[in-house]
Amino acid sequence: MSATVPSTEAVEVRRTAEGLELVLTGEWSVRQVASIEAALDAVEVAAAARIRIAAQAITRLDLSGAWALRGFVRRARRAGAEVAFRGTPPDQLRLLDETLTDQPPPEPDTALPLTAAAEPGDRALVAIGRYAIRTGHDLFGGLAFLGRTFSTVAANLTHPQRLRPVSVIRHVYETGITAMPIVALIAFLVSVIIAYLSAQQLRGLGADIYVVDLVTIGVLRELGVLLTSIIVAGRSGSSYAAELGSMKLNEEVDALTATGADPFELLVVPRVLGLVIALPLLTVIADLIGLAGGALLCRYLLDMPLNQYVNRVDESIAPTTFWVGIIKAPVFALLISLAGCYRGMQVRGSARELGHLVTVAVVQAIFLVILADALFAILFMEMKI
Amino acid sequence: MEPVVEVRGLVNRFGRQVVHDGLDMRVEEDEVFGIVGGSGSGKSVLLRTILGLQRPLAGTVRIRGSDITHLSERELRPIKAGYGVAFQSGALYSGLTVLENVQLPMIEHLRLPPTALEGLALLKIRLVGLPEDAAWKYPAQLSGGMVKRVAVARALALDPQLLFLDEPTSGLDPVSAAAFDELVVYLQQHLNLTIVMITHDLDSIFRTCNRVGVIVDRHMESDTLERIVDYPNPWIQAYFHGERGREHLGAHHGA
Repeated sequence: MSATVPSTEAVEVRRTAEGLELVLTGEWSVRQVASIEAALDAVEVAAAARIRIAAQAITRLDLSGAWALRGFVRRARRAGAEVAFRGTPPDQLRLLDETLTDQPPPEPDTALPLTAAAEPGDRALVAIGRYAIRTGHDLFGGLAFLGRTFSTVAANLTHPQRLRPVSVIRHVYETGITAMPIVALIAFLVSVIIAYLSAQQLRGLGADIYVVDLVTIGVLRELGVLLTSIIVAGRSGSSYAAELGSMKLNEEVDALTATGADPFELLVVPRVLGLVIALPLLTVIADLIGLAGGALLCRYLLDMPLNQYVNRVDESIAPTTFWVGIIKAPVFALLISLAGCYRGMQVRGSARELGHLVTVAVVQAIFLVILADALFAILFMEMKI
Repeated sequence: MEPVVEVRGLVNRFGRQVVHDGLDMRVEEDEVFGIVGGSGSGKSVLLRTILGLQRPLAGTVRIRGSDITHLSERELRPIKAGYGVAFQSGALYSGLTVLENVQLPMIEHLRLPPTALEGLALLKIRLVGLPEDAAWKYPAQLSGGMVKRVAVARALALDPQLLFLDEPTSGLDPVSAAAFDELVVYLQQHLNLTIVMITHDLDSIFRTCNRVGVIVDRHMESDTLERIVDYPNPWIQAYFHGERGREHLGAHHGA
């Protein structure tokens, strides 16, 4: 006499005199594992002294299905039930028994034991300490990278051929010539915005003519070089980091080193030199287009004739104004290319790290450029230029 | 019986270079089918075509009866869930641990509770002969042999009936390669798998394959291993009866 209790498609549970009888039906494959597990979990094993399992009606049993069944059998046995199969148990169970050692799965490696042992308050200290050490290493590494770049350049100054002129020219092209349209467009738009904003403010005071001063000095001293550098950091800083990073992942850098070539000489120095040449040239273009944008706006918004604009530009700039802007360009180029190359060369192991370090390279390049710009501002103020 | 994989009249061409010109291939249930051919003979292109990564110029590719050359990406999904692929270099996702690599196909195709997800992934990792503590390592921390095994574990994640292996023993030392071949035979027998394997490795062919398809002159000659070694085609002769092949043939025929 058996009473059928609520059952699912996969498992039919019958209560018998001695305990439970499970009739397994349907497809026991990886697609059904979730519902099979739920069905098996619902079986009350605690009260049953004997459990008989009939697996003959299973239409398809794969390894995942067998794994779920094995889990149930083990749970029932732990609960004290005697589990037997009607007929021979499925082959897959034997395979699983051969495969799985029944040790609990090992814990994933946690961080250093120090963190685990420390009190919550100490943990914060540990984190700060680690961060400080990491930042210190980073800073030191960056300086070493800068030093090695310079020493490589210096060592090869007597043999210009070793500075890879062809490669340098390629990087001038890629970071400079191809960046011209976007740099020109941004310089134009920003100078128009400045002219427009200042025109709105100054027109009320009848001081229209100072719009020209603002645009000229703003673009030449600061905005031309700063905007260009930020665009180049986003364009070329990232491409340097990504290029070198994927070469690292692909063991190309190791291959170079193994053949006795110096990756600094071949990869880093041409990139740095290329950008140091390209960025000042781009800045000149940005300055020109910026002034042109100012002229256009003054012409159409303030009805200022072109020759008046040109005269005013001429009056407003000191002999140093242009040079104050342009002299910053090679320094910014150095910072951008070093950040890109340094982070790129740090990539090891995984694609995720590549993405992370490219991001770090761009963020740090932009940060360093703005920091250096601030330092330049203070310097020039002290020098009264 | 319907073949598991059936390729008919396959034509692949890149620019002027004709890779396959009317290639036929048939893989039956429960066999280990080895694809052999010289470098540049189009073994990988053939595999990519069968996997639907590349559409052929002409011809049909049927996997269990459905012609994949005319299916959309969406229609291919259930077919792709039905086979596993282990790529030559492993192609493990480098940002994920071994465990996560094996779990990924399950997460993509199934809804499983986390305990089952972890249990099943660990099972597959054990099944390919890796210790469980390898599960929390990243691909960069593994040896070449382990990477290949993880690739197989990931290919087996959805319990497929069909497994594709692309040069599974390339880059392994002979001992690891032999162990890997044992694994292939073990899995094939215990899981009733059909295995399609690209390989250069003669040892591997003699240890694992039932039938071999040789790509010569943009076609495929396929037959049982015992028979194909006697085909008159010069490349086949050179391959099986060259310096390295002869040892095997001696051992094979002698046994």
